[in-house]
Amino acid sequence: MNTLIVSPLLIPLATLVATLLARRSPRAVTAISLAGALALTAAGLALVGLAAQGQILASQAGGWAAPNGITLVVDRLSAAMVAITGIVGTATIVFAMARDEDPARCRDFHPLVHGLLVGVCGAFITGDVFNLYVWFEVLLVGSFALLVLGGGRRRLSGTVVYVVLNLVATMMFLLAAGMLYGASGSLNMALLAQAFAAGEVPTTAHAAVVLMLTAFSIKAALFPVFGWLPASYHVAWTPVSALFAGLLTKVGVYALIRLVTLFWPDAGVAHEVLLWVACATMLIGVLGAAAQVEVRRILSFHIVSQVGYMILGLAIATPLALAGAVFYLIHHIVVKANLFFIGGIAARLTGSERLAAMGGLYARAPWLALLFAIPALSLAGIPPLSGFWAKFVLVKASLDASAWIAAAVALVTGIFTLLSMSKIWNEAFLKPHPGGAGGGSGGGGSPRSADGLQPALWAVGTLAAMTVAIGLAAGPVMDYAVAAAEQLAAPAAYIDAVVRAGGN
Amino acid sequence: MEILVSLTVGALVAIGIWMMLDRGLLRVVLGVVVLGNGVNLAVFSAGRLDGRAAAFVTEAGAPALAANPLPQALVLTAIVIGFALFVFALAVLKRSWELHGRVETDLVTAVAEEPAPDLPPQGDKA
Repeated sequence: MNTLIVSPLLIPLATLVATLLARRSPRAVTAISLAGALALTAAGLALVGLAAQGQILASQAGGWAAPNGITLVVDRLSAAMVAITGIVGTATIVFAMARDEDPARCRDFHPLVHGLLVGVCGAFITGDVFNLYVWFEVLLVGSFALLVLGGGRRRLSGTVVYVVLNLVATMMFLLAAGMLYGASGSLNMALLAQAFAAGEVPTTAHAAVVLMLTAFSIKAALFPVFGWLPASYHVAWTPVSALFAGLLTKVGVYALIRLVTLFWPDAGVAHEVLLWVACATMLIGVLGAAAQVEVRRILSFHIVSQVGYMILGLAIATPLALAGAVFYLIHHIVVKANLFFIGGIAARLTGSERLAAMGGLYARAPWLALLFAIPALSLAGIPPLSGFWAKFVLVKASLDASAWIAAAVALVTGIFTLLSMSKIWNEAFLKPHPGGAGGGSGGGGSPRSADGLQPALWAVGTLAAMTVAIGLAAGPVMDYAVAAAEQLAAPAAYIDAVVRAGGN
Repeated sequence: MEILVSLTVGALVAIGIWMMLDRGLLRVVLGVVVLGNGVNLAVFSAGRLDGRAAAFVTEAGAPALAANPLPQALVLTAIVIGFALFVFALAVLKRSWELHGRVETDLVTAVAEEPAPDLPPQGDKA
């Protein structure tokens, strides 16, 4: 069992080393990288299988008991996040196998992706606050290098913004971890939760937690600290920006959910603040998207807006709302990564990413139009796709909790999302290509052939099928999310599992 | 001792933030480093500052005069990570300077906000 718990760390780490060793042969690098990502997916699904039985797996690294050792904990939420990380990682790697890509860039891309995956999985399964900081740094280093991969003026400038703001956020997190240790004498999340529940912590510990949540809010791109995200995501290479869009902000959201449910399980001032932040994030994100005229920039603002929904679930804090947040996390990662992929394919086919220079895709590539429609409608919350159920549960939970304004904002944001998606649809798919069918000089970009895109289409098709499957089989997924939320709402079992794993 | 360290942390953070508000990107990056050192010192001080014995736990228990070694270990980790990130930031900065000829925050933001370049006509290297 211990091997399975550490496998989300060992698999990407081993793959990282293997891809570096095989660096001379791009073909071998791709093969190893794909195998590693598939293995990570399998390990994640195996963890989901174990966690679904209600077990909380815990292990102490190096055999040191809980207060001294580093705890790894896998409950339902962590297991689901690891599995979805594997799936999105696999999709990204398959997408990057498209034939006409620069081989040197692909060769560097694969080790870095696995470096990023180690950090992401580590953050999902750790049970120690400082260890969480270390995993954040690991994924940050990977993301810095991935973002700038390929170079160029625009990409470099976006990276500078991303690097500086993320460094500041991480420092806030480190300071908060130090303060928390100074005030409470522990960094183990379960033991801290115990101390918080018993009311044994001084006020400074609460202040430290607030600082820590602020740092996570920057990572999760919440209002008003989301500025770095739309300023940097659109400059990266398509598979990179899709991977970031799917996973990175969600690590911040996961950390927020984990710490708030452990430290402050009962609704309080923090939940009140989070509720308003969530509403503002939803609205400002979607309104920001309305002002954009490039595919990936529109989608970047939608990440911000969608993160608001998850925080809404956390802020309302009833088991149903938490279940909605968990369901939203799972659905959103798949949908968002897929939309970035499709945006990349659309840009590749029309020769531009600016909506004004795109067009004619519905006539030229009806299959792509269908593939775009599935995640786009799911994002907006149209039944029977996955996004509908996620939004339905969250709106119901807000109404149950008499949070009328939050429910209204969630619904209005859904409508704006639909408007924004129809903007992409009209401009990129319906309107004729400004350069003319035969390719020309008019619109800047010129239409290009779809040769060599098969792997990318496979990735996009599989993710779209998952979106439909989550929508049609919403029952089992929702059952899992509800059970995960029950675990989150009653941290006693989590604490018990960690303490027992320590042998005391 | 605590007062001195607190004041130093405060001063370092203030200097770091002040430098980060500068137009020049080099000063911004150096500001991040100064801020990082302030934070490291703050974390370090969480484990008692006046330790006068080595923190070896014996059968008799932990020595009373020892400082808590855990924050020191944490800071060691943080310093290593911080150094790696600083080097990366400098590398990015150097590359920006090569491409732009100058490094100013406004310029960097403006370049990142430029409209997306169109792909070259087919046949050329993508």
